[in-house]
Amino acid sequence: MIEMTNVYKKYPNGITAINGLDVRIDQGEFVYVVGPSGAGKSTFIKMIYREEVPTKGNVKVGEFDLLKLKAKKVPFLRRHVGVVYQDFKLLPRLTVYENVAYAMQVVGKNPKQIQKRVLEVLDLVGLKHKVRMFPNELSGGEQQRVAIARAITNMPRVLIADEPTGNLDPETAWGIMDLLEEINNQGTTVIMATHNSDIVNRVRHRVLAVENGRIARDQEEGVYGYES
Amino acid sequence: MRARTFWRHIKESFKSIKRNGWMTFAAVSAVAVTLLLVGSFIAILMNVNKLATDVEEDVSVRVYIDLAAEEEDQEALQQNLEELDEVEHVVFSSRHDELSKVIGRYGDEFGLFEGDDNPLYDVFIVNTEAPEVTSDVADQVEDMNYVADANYGGATADRLFEVMATVRNVGAVIIVALIFTAVFLIANTIRITIFSRRTEIEIMKLVGATNWFIRWPFLIEGALIGFIGALIPVSIISYIYLSGFDTIMTYLSGTYFALLAPNPFLVQLVALLLTIGVVIGSVGSSLSIRKFLKV
Repeated sequence: MIEMTNVYKKYPNGITAINGLDVRIDQGEFVYVVGPSGAGKSTFIKMIYREEVPTKGNVKVGEFDLLKLKAKKVPFLRRHVGVVYQDFKLLPRLTVYENVAYAMQVVGKNPKQIQKRVLEVLDLVGLKHKVRMFPNELSGGEQQRVAIARAITNMPRVLIADEPTGNLDPETAWGIMDLLEEINNQGTTVIMATHNSDIVNRVRHRVLAVENGRIARDQEEGVYGYES
Repeated sequence: MRARTFWRHIKESFKSIKRNGWMTFAAVSAVAVTLLLVGSFIAILMNVNKLATDVEEDVSVRVYIDLAAEEEDQEALQQNLEELDEVEHVVFSSRHDELSKVIGRYGDEFGLFEGDDNPLYDVFIVNTEAPEVTSDVADQVEDMNYVADANYGGATADRLFEVMATVRNVGAVIIVALIFTAVFLIANTIRITIFSRRTEIEIMKLVGATNWFIRWPFLIEGALIGFIGALIPVSIISYIYLSGFDTIMTYLSGTYFALLAPNPFLVQLVALLLTIGVVIGSVGSSLSIRKFLKV
């Protein structure tokens, strides 16, 4: 469960990105986060895995209270929250296999467990045949799938996807979407920031529209609702 | 840290060294060049210093024995000289020996003085424990019985001691400055290689790695780069020193001068260079990643 109450975020340059935001997301939900660029979507998402710390307010993710969380404990929060980035953020000098395995080595799993699970998730994202390749040898869609495999390999309770289809062609985007659906069906909370109206309107889920640093609209089975 | 994780870190750092090929090459050569400079300078300066010390120690007091001295008097004088605290050893050189030296140095014309015409004195050559006390010893000796004169080169020797002291101090300063430069240059090179990998560190942090999980492989990698970088100058310097040592020592044979023996000097120099490489490499890299860990 993720809960934000009365959250403010003001950046050092004076911009207020989040301006009194309240929201609650239950375990197992699929949530789209939509809204115009610069409305605070990214900041909202980054506050969940503590890349950004709110200036004021309360953020709770599972048992973690993010405003009281010490810097040393942040890695342990991040092990419960898988993140898929628009720019993939794969380690360039590690192979596909090693990139996914890294997330498990961090947790201290033994090599046997790691091997089994990594091949399992790479199979799930359909990249089992490319385990030895380096990220720069893959297409954008493939890199995004590696990133998803890495994000779910530790079976996190929450999966965050920040515009996961932003850099991909429509067909590949749908492939990614199917994957996220499947992960959600296994009980993982999925929070997806997106500009893709097509996806939001066709695969209906809860929609959170962020505008001026607040939740302007919170709609079950909602629509995208912006000109695209 | 679990043993498994420890091995993982070691494996990871070797892998990284291999995959970062050009960066590793750049860092290793920077370390190698710097340490080659530092190492050679230290080898040269320490030997200059050693030769300077040898020159000083070669300064001895020449005690001219009064012509009136009988054999017993001479023996008593030798005993007196040897009893002085500051005296290391005393060598007797007869007037005949002295003349041979003069002939050897200035030519056969002096052969005319051989036999009874020899105007020279019998001499005790007194070496002191430390060069600074030579003049004191000379003063003490002058007052002894049957001493015609005692001298140690006077002003010339004093001047020599002064010059040598300066040489030694300047050498020490240069060595310290060089070591500082080496430390700075190596740390800086490591910092640049790590700066090029800051996004990697950031990603690792976002995937949930703890600071030490990220730091260990970097630290080991830095140590390895420092070590490999130090091996190159170490082998070059060792090779040159060992061959140079033999050549120069043949020239110096029969004199009072000698270079520093490879054992222990070269061994210590090698240890110093390897230590600088490894310590600066590992400490430098773990300090450099610190600011990128704040994600």
